[in-house]
Amino acid sequence: MRYAYYVLLFVCVLTVSVMGFRGSRSVKPPLEVFPDMDRQAKYKPQSASVFFADGRADRPLPPGVVARGELRDDSELFRGKNAAGQWINHFPAAVKIDARLMERGRERFTIYCQPCHGAVGDGNGITKQYGMGVTPSYHIDRIVNLTDGEIFNTITNGRNTMLPYGDKLVPEDRWAVVAYVRALQRAQLGTVKDVPPSHKSELGLQ
Amino acid sequence: MSKIFPKSANKLPLQIILFVFILAGVVTAATTYYATPKYTRVGYAPVQPVPYSHALHVGQLGMDCRYCHSNVEKSGVANLPTAQTCMNCHLHVRPDSPLLAPIRASYESGDPVPWKRVHQLPDYVYFNHSAHVDRGVSCFECHGRIDQMEVVQHAQPLSMSFCLNCHRNPAPQLRPLDQVTNLAWTPAQMPDHAKWAADFVKNNKVIPPTSCTGCHR
Ligand code: HEC
Ligand code: HEC
Ligand code: HEC
Ligand code: HEC
Ligand code: HEC
Ligand code: HEC
Repeated sequence: MRYAYYVLLFVCVLTVSVMGFRGSRSVKPPLEVFPDMDRQAKYKPQSASVFFADGRADRPLPPGVVARGELRDDSELFRGKNAAGQWINHFPAAVKIDARLMERGRERFTIYCQPCHGAVGDGNGITKQYGMGVTPSYHIDRIVNLTDGEIFNTITNGRNTMLPYGDKLVPEDRWAVVAYVRALQRAQLGTVKDVPPSHKSELGLQ
Repeated sequence: MSKIFPKSANKLPLQIILFVFILAGVVTAATTYYATPKYTRVGYAPVQPVPYSHALHVGQLGMDCRYCHSNVEKSGVANLPTAQTCMNCHLHVRPDSPLLAPIRASYESGDPVPWKRVHQLPDYVYFNHSAHVDRGVSCFECHGRIDQMEVVQHAQPLSMSFCLNCHRNPAPQLRPLDQVTNLAWTPAQMPDHAKWAADFVKNNKVIPPTSCTGCHR
């Protein structure tokens, strides 16, 4: 009987030494013990396809096709241009400027713009120390004088070495970011004239 | 007549029964230890075509998850980033790095980068990222400290009991919405987290499904 226990002990030691412990790193895909309906014949987002020549299950839209709800006929909202094709320098009617929009703009700016443009928009984001020397400050005259439509267009389609962010931000969010960029500029370039008279005494200005 | 069996053989049936019980115990223990997702999945870290490091980009550069996984709070699927997302920076930062060659090739040709999937539920389970992320469930609960991983590794079992453990009582694992992508956050950083969570659950009617149709639809 003793031998049976020895064999059992041996098998245990063997198993542990071959199989290792829970959580140990492995590059082999997990074993699916009973893979009954685990992998069904259906396409999931970003999955591969053997049917289409380019191997993608996500299909690009054929040219000229407009998806439902994606007509984008409000030129000011979706392109930042008015009917005459000029950049607008105000916010489209569909965008309501309030504290909610500014908060949204701050959040989106922090996610998508801050790594390069920095928290205050001076172009000193974290990437500067790694070789992105070309990020401009928002507070130089040329960019302060850009129209709202142009800034919107820079986000949507990119400009020179800044690539587009239109795939990450929906138009409403882009306008929220434009509003926040304007707020950053106001914050940096504000003068004594911007202080309301009622608050002047708090700041010691006569 | 001489004895065929020694006297100790009298105890043998009992010993065999005992052994069978012990054997059954060991086999059960080994199966629960080795044949469950806690062993089969946790620790899975495939070799990716590009040695992309979350520890560098998130931990060191402080990027937000949503910069790359930009649909995570809008849709059920947390998308992997396009090659263009990487080129935003890598057009300027290390533009000639040989490690980034597949990214540049994908950026030019438009073909996707062949990333290997790490987390994958069986197809009979319905899962939705936005439903969780927009209700204060952090990436950390299901993916672990991604911001410290050089290579993404399966950190949680993602088994049915894992999901249900939280669905039965989500409050202790909820956090304010602006901390969802901050994986270093812990409830201890918030004074009175229990009260906040109870209010959050009540005000937002957070009722995760625990019936089968919730996840197997
Ligand atoms: C990967 C780094 C990076 C990120 C992220 C980034 N930018 Fe830029 N941005 C640049 C660079 C580089 C330029 C200079 C482009 C050029 O060569 O003129 C620039 C220029 C600009 C300009 C000036 C355009 C002009 O007409 O000169 C604006 C406005 C701007 N960015 C806004 C944004 C906003 C808003 C976001 C967030 C949605 C953002 N950027 C995110 C790198 C970045
Ligand atoms: C700079 C872009 C970038 C950022 C920022 C980023 N990721 Fe990723 N993430 C990737 C890429 C690329 C992959 C695919 C390669 C891999 O698995 O390593 C990935 C893979 C993953 C995966 C595994 C996906 C799978 O196949 O199952 C998870 C989970 C994940 N990321 C979570 C996060 C979390 C959580 C954060 C924020 C803390 C984050 N990521 C931030 C680019 C990014
Ligand atoms: C916000 C800017 C930014 C984005 C976006 C970005 N990276 Fe990086 N990446 C960096 C920086 C900064 C470094 C560090 C360079 C250094 O150490 O000098 C780096 C380094 C790397 C390296 C190591 C390169 C080497 O030669 O050592 C790889 C690989 C890499 N990134 C992959 C990616 C991938 C894949 C993506 C897209 C999912 C991505 N990066 C998106 C900024 C970025
Ligand atoms: C409640 C658990 C849970 C939370 C919270 C969660 N994930 Fe996931 N994640 C999963 C599961 C489960 C999968 C596998 C999905 C599948 O197989 O369809 C997954 C897959 C992924 C993938 C691979 C692509 C996909 O969607 O299949 C990425 C990338 C990812 N998660 C990123 C994130 C990020 C970033 C966050 C936080 C903002 C996050 N996840 C929060 C459970 C979670
Ligand atoms: C850390 C807690 C937590 C974990 C872990 C978790 N969930 Fe959830 N789940 C929630 C919360 C909170 C909700 C939101 C309930 C609500 O909105 O009322 C939710 C909602 C859901 C919903 C309903 C979504 C909808 O659209 O109605 C599904 C399905 C779901 N979870 C599946 C899963 C699966 C599958 C897993 C395991 C991979 C999982 N959950 C793991 C907390 C969790
Ligand atoms: C919170 C979401 C959730 C709910 C609710 C849920 N399940 Fe599941 N179920 C899962 C997940 C996730 C898996 C996949 C587990 C795995 O792959 O490890 C699963 C797997 C299963 C499996 C297959 C197990 C196997 O390994 O083959 C069965 C059977 C099952 N569930 C039955 C049920 C029944 C019956 C109910 C209702 C009492 C139920 N589930 C409720 C999430 C859920």
